[in-house]
Amino acid sequence: MREVAIVGIGCTKFGEMWDKSFRDLFIEAGLMALEDAGMSGADVEALYGGNMSSGIFIEQEHVGALIADYSGLISNSVPSTRVEAACASGGLALRSGVIAVASEYHDIVISAGIEKMTDVGPEKAMDALAAAADREWEAAVGATFPGLYAMMARAHMNEFGTTREQLAQVAVKNHYHGSMNPKAQFRNRITIDAVISSPLVADPLRLFDCSPITDGAAAVILVPAERAREFTDTPIYVKAAAQASDTISLHDRRSLTSIDATRIAADRAFKTARLQRSNIDVAEVHDCFTIAEIMAIEDLAFFEKGRGGPATLAGETAIGSKIPINTSGGLKACGHPVGATGIKQAVEIVEQLRGDAGKRQVEGAEVGLTHNVGGTGGTVVVHILAR
Amino acid sequence: MSIGITTYGVYIPRYRIRVEEIARVWGDDPNDIKKGLGVFEKSVPDRDEDTATIAVEAARSALQRSGLAGVDIGAIYVGSESHPYAVKPTATIVAEAIRATPELMAADYEFACKAGTAALQTCLGLVAADYIKYGMAIGADTAQGAPADALEYTAAAGGAAYVVGKNHVIAEIEDTYSFTTDTFDFWRRQGEQYPKHGGRFTGEPGYFKHVLAGARGLLHKTHSKPEDFDFAVFHQPNGKFPRRVASTLGFSQQQVKQGLVVEKLGNAYSGSSLIGLASVLDVAEPGSRIFMTSFGSGAGSDSFTFRVTEDIDNVQGQAPTVAELLAAPIYLDYALYAKHKNKIVL
Repeated sequence: MREVAIVGIGCTKFGEMWDKSFRDLFIEAGLMALEDAGMSGADVEALYGGNMSSGIFIEQEHVGALIADYSGLISNSVPSTRVEAACASGGLALRSGVIAVASEYHDIVISAGIEKMTDVGPEKAMDALAAAADREWEAAVGATFPGLYAMMARAHMNEFGTTREQLAQVAVKNHYHGSMNPKAQFRNRITIDAVISSPLVADPLRLFDCSPITDGAAAVILVPAERAREFTDTPIYVKAAAQASDTISLHDRRSLTSIDATRIAADRAFKTARLQRSNIDVAEVHDCFTIAEIMAIEDLAFFEKGRGGPATLAGETAIGSKIPINTSGGLKACGHPVGATGIKQAVEIVEQLRGDAGKRQVEGAEVGLTHNVGGTGGTVVVHILAR
Repeated sequence: MSIGITTYGVYIPRYRIRVEEIARVWGDDPNDIKKGLGVFEKSVPDRDEDTATIAVEAARSALQRSGLAGVDIGAIYVGSESHPYAVKPTATIVAEAIRATPELMAADYEFACKAGTAALQTCLGLVAADYIKYGMAIGADTAQGAPADALEYTAAAGGAAYVVGKNHVIAEIEDTYSFTTDTFDFWRRQGEQYPKHGGRFTGEPGYFKHVLAGARGLLHKTHSKPEDFDFAVFHQPNGKFPRRVASTLGFSQQQVKQGLVVEKLGNAYSGSSLIGLASVLDVAEPGSRIFMTSFGSGAGSDSFTFRVTEDIDNVQGQAPTVAELLAAPIYLDYALYAKHKNKIVL
């Protein structure tokens, strides 16, 4: 197994992109990545596209063929594969690409993530997202996705005393980071009061506790580490690409206040990378809801179980602190085009490690982590990237 | 030679339903609705009122204000998205009721909420070309919002009639500009009772794209800046959109204040911007300049600039003002509201 490097990155603006279609978004991100790597499409040997629900959102399946076709790569009959793990589809696409290169099957691979969510109304979008849960035993009997995370929030508040204000601070911090990210869907700064007084979605979660509906795409180019310098002066190495699964439904989990698959995937990643939590300089974690970020920073063992809330409120996860979390603005402020998020997280970490993060730059960042969750924790993918 | 509005009339049904009452039935938080939409209550027609009766009342009010007689009117165009008949014009009902028949042109218009201003442009053309002496344009609606849909909070009823001519002009129409595309933001298929809409798509690609382009187009065409006007009137589907578009264009909240009627009226669809304009004409002083952009889903905008003349002093107060029509409402509960709007099949 050989080491893999990321040599090119691309990411579209995230938001309600009324004038851009699914394929427009992929082409844009893909071309940016190729240009960044100084490559032409003809160099690419395989495509992995992460996408959760094109079937519902744009009534299109077979998106592997679609992206190969519209990227102009079809002339090489490139193998193109769509991978899906709900909101972890992007992370899964990255891991799949890494495995393809590491195993010497392919030399040059694009891992991309795309989601076009705004061509359907809100009810249909909610229904599509509910498919990340257990349709039979959760969605069909009345649980919505916010409802499931609301239960986790309520349990976490009961068990650890996590407060309404601590949850809100996750959104406030992420909007603060997002205000410095030109690609973010929301660039406005918000206050704890604004979060707490926003419309109720599923008690205790309010509108501003929830990530939005977003269109967007991102792509990275993977090559064997030994070839990285052919394409860039700042290769970023994939030190680990770990994945773990757990029960699909929340009620079958060991705990309501912990996503075990996060802990297990993280342990696997740190073991492969031979690194400690303290080596991580910056991390992108899965804040589909504010409670998700609090649980994530605990389950990733950046903070002790139950301390995620107080640590966030105390500013211990903002840029400038020891472990800045979600410098891109996270899912909340940068936006959450479901299948694209996992790749966008990698793009953000690469920019941080290259020193290209502008106002969001974490000084001297050398090692970063991405954390991407599917559903309420049925799939988790964790990558560790380093200079 | 001056050409423009010679008289106008408004009709708003007396009944209202409050946001709180609709929210009570559907389990919504009324404060979220009021904050999000900027609407507090909306008008509701009586059981025996419809677009035809509203159009007739508005027309009569216009004639009463000015002393014109029906026989003086050479054309009547009624714009609405709730014409009582799919085939059989509302315009002829109005024509007969105001005794304008039989020597006149007449037809109905549809272009969602801007059908009335489209009618205004047609009258302007016919009068300018001397085909008719006076033309009447009406925008009127009894809008239907599907139960439990967000539109139910704003779909209201009301109408306004405007007579265009070259004599006794109270507000000159200086210029007009339209911006039109084929955009599916909001529609109702033949035979369907309730419209469908594209959710958030109705915002940026719908209302804002067309109102901004239309307004900028007319400002450019007339070499004007927002500061050149005393009043600005925009189509008002809720309290937020017109304020935001005004701000984006560079109009002040003070300029739009008088023409904003949606908070207490709701969205009168084809009547919306025309009732807003009437609210301005009710108080405008000679020499004032008014900027207006309407919007209709489907989609397009009509923009106008008006200059109020000395003759406005002769007609202000001669017919009910918008403020008077909005005062002394009768509040309904949801059951009576549903009965009035024929949601309960009797």
